Amino acid sequence: MYDGGKIIVGLIIGLGLFLSPFFYNAGKAAKAPAPELTPKAKEAKVCVEPASYMRESHFTLLDEWRHTVVRDGERYYKGSEGKRYYKSLQRTCLECHSNYSKFCLECHNYLDVDPYCWDCHIQPEEKK
Amino acid sequence: MNFFLSIIFSFFAVVVVVLIPWIGVGALDLRVLFGIVIPYAAMATFFVGIVVRVIDWGRSPVPFRIPTTAGQEWSFPWIKRNRIDNPKGLGGVIMRMLFEVLTFRSLFRNTRLEYRRVNGVPKIDYEWEKWLWLAAILFHYSFLVIFLRHFRFFMEPVPAFVTLLQKLDGFMQMGAAPFNGFGLPGVYLTDMLLMAAVTWLLLRRILYSQMRYISLPADFFPLFLILSLGFTGMLMRYLLRVDVTKVKELAIGLFKFSPAVPEGIGVIFYIHLFILCVLIAYFPFSKLMHLAGVFLSPTRNLSNNSRFVRHVNPWNYPVPTHTYEEYEDEFRDLMIEAGLPVEKEPDATAGSEEKE
Ligand code: HEC
Ligand code: HEC
Ligand code: HEC
Repeated sequence: MYDGGKIIVGLIIGLGLFLSPFFYNAGKAAKAPAPELTPKAKEAKVCVEPASYMRESHFTLLDEWRHTVVRDGERYYKGSEGKRYYKSLQRTCLECHSNYSKFCLECHNYLDVDPYCWDCHIQPEEKK
Repeated sequence: MNFFLSIIFSFFAVVVVVLIPWIGVGALDLRVLFGIVIPYAAMATFFVGIVVRVIDWGRSPVPFRIPTTAGQEWSFPWIKRNRIDNPKGLGGVIMRMLFEVLTFRSLFRNTRLEYRRVNGVPKIDYEWEKWLWLAAILFHYSFLVIFLRHFRFFMEPVPAFVTLLQKLDGFMQMGAAPFNGFGLPGVYLTDMLLMAAVTWLLLRRILYSQMRYISLPADFFPLFLILSLGFTGMLMRYLLRVDVTKVKELAIGLFKFSPAVPEGIGVIFYIHLFILCVLIAYFPFSKLMHLAGVFLSPTRNLSNNSRFVRHVNPWNYPVPTHTYEEYEDEFRDLMIEAGLPVEKEPDATAGSEEKE
């Protein structure tokens, strides 16, 4: 090989960067997030929409809520189960899921999501 | 293949690439195949393919320096030299490579030949074609940022640089479309830039006659693949949501060599993943190898030192020579007989006589 040393070093650096997730994750316990339901949520049994929809698209729902509330003044939402909900981030979602750090953050930290909502909305204090 | 066939052919190839996982997971539920086996196989092809290709390049000799550079070479102290464009040693070469790799310097100088008619008189113009450079740099940096942002799925805990990139990329805090329900998650600038840039890179091959003429399926196929990769990715982020928590579980499982396919991830994810697998498996065999090739371009990585360093062509073979001295040694007697002058006489005394 011509200039073999340089080429091999370059290859190792380049491939090392691509392989970095393998090294980074090796030997670390990768715990899948397990959001905890509060007693209140357990009692309610169901979320606003089916759990699979909530897992995939809860922020879409929140966006719909804030737009319809702020722009159209529609403050009530009829869930697919037929139940009526007051459209509010703090007073509905976080009323049931009052354990923000053990519920919302559990997933959000896992995926590095940091909603900007709390710039304005008040994050409810958690009762320990 | 003519240009029209090339486009149709590559387009249908990508349609097939999309249909395979759609049917494979959507109808046949082959999640282990598409979620574990194919990704590992594609990664193996990618890494082994790149190593083989680069080593093959490394074994090919570069017969001579290629000093067709864009600057004045080092000569006399009173002639101003260009240290970066025509480097004399390692330092200049490193600078030139950095500019080339990070800013696509040689592409920036791209010109395009154009025929025009000015008052009915044909005229040839060399236009400075910067759109290619602009689209290329936007595309490559967007791709890089998008690739690095994906490390939130590849690494647990998520490293800080990913958080920073997400913040910068999403700083508009704006929805993807002005409709209810599209305001979250926020749009990433690189998503839009990537799609716009790739679209231009495709359009220029269709709009310019010169580009049309030299475009092959090998040019269109990667473009269509990347377009569909970006399209499915954006679809997944902004419209057809999938359970990304489970997607990360799948990805981390792959990287920890304890793969498992969680239930309940939408088909669109498997389509996105399969397009990526095809892209990286195709990578070592395609023009995309310029990722590694740019570092090995002889016009960029060789210093212009032929004036003061002797370079021997590595594929020079020993040439049998027959010098004049050897020739004379062989034929001296015959030459003298025929009265031809010789340089060395058979004995020294005879030689001095003849000279007088
Ligand atoms: C009436 C109580 C209640 C309210 C109000 C409520 N939730 Fe839920 N939520 C639940 C319950 C109960 C579950 C578990 C459902 C299940 O597992 O089937 C759940 C599940 C979820 C999940 C999925 C968690 C997982 O691990 O699968 C998300 C995300 C979620 N909720 C978000 C929200 C958001 C956002 C809001 C406000 C729009 C909200 N919830 C409002 C009770 C509630
Ligand atoms: C710039 C400050 C600001 C930010 C950031 C913000 N909001 Fe709001 N939000 C408001 C204001 C003001 C209202 C109106 C409150 C009202 O009329 O009851 C509101 C109302 C809402 C409502 C309906 C009413 C209620 O009580 O909740 C929802 C839902 C909502 N926002 C969700 C969100 C979400 C989700 C985010 C983060 C993605 C967010 N908001 C970020 C200021 C903000
Ligand atoms: C099952 C895991 C999970 C749970 C539980 C969960 N989230 Fe999320 N949330 C996510 C994921 C994943 C995203 C980001 C999706 C993406 O970026 O593609 C997200 C995004 C969001 C966003 C949009 C942020 C943005 O900037 O795009 C908001 C707002 C949000 N979540 C609010 C909540 C609230 C409030 C709760 C608690 C009531 C909650 N989430 C619980 C997983 C979860």
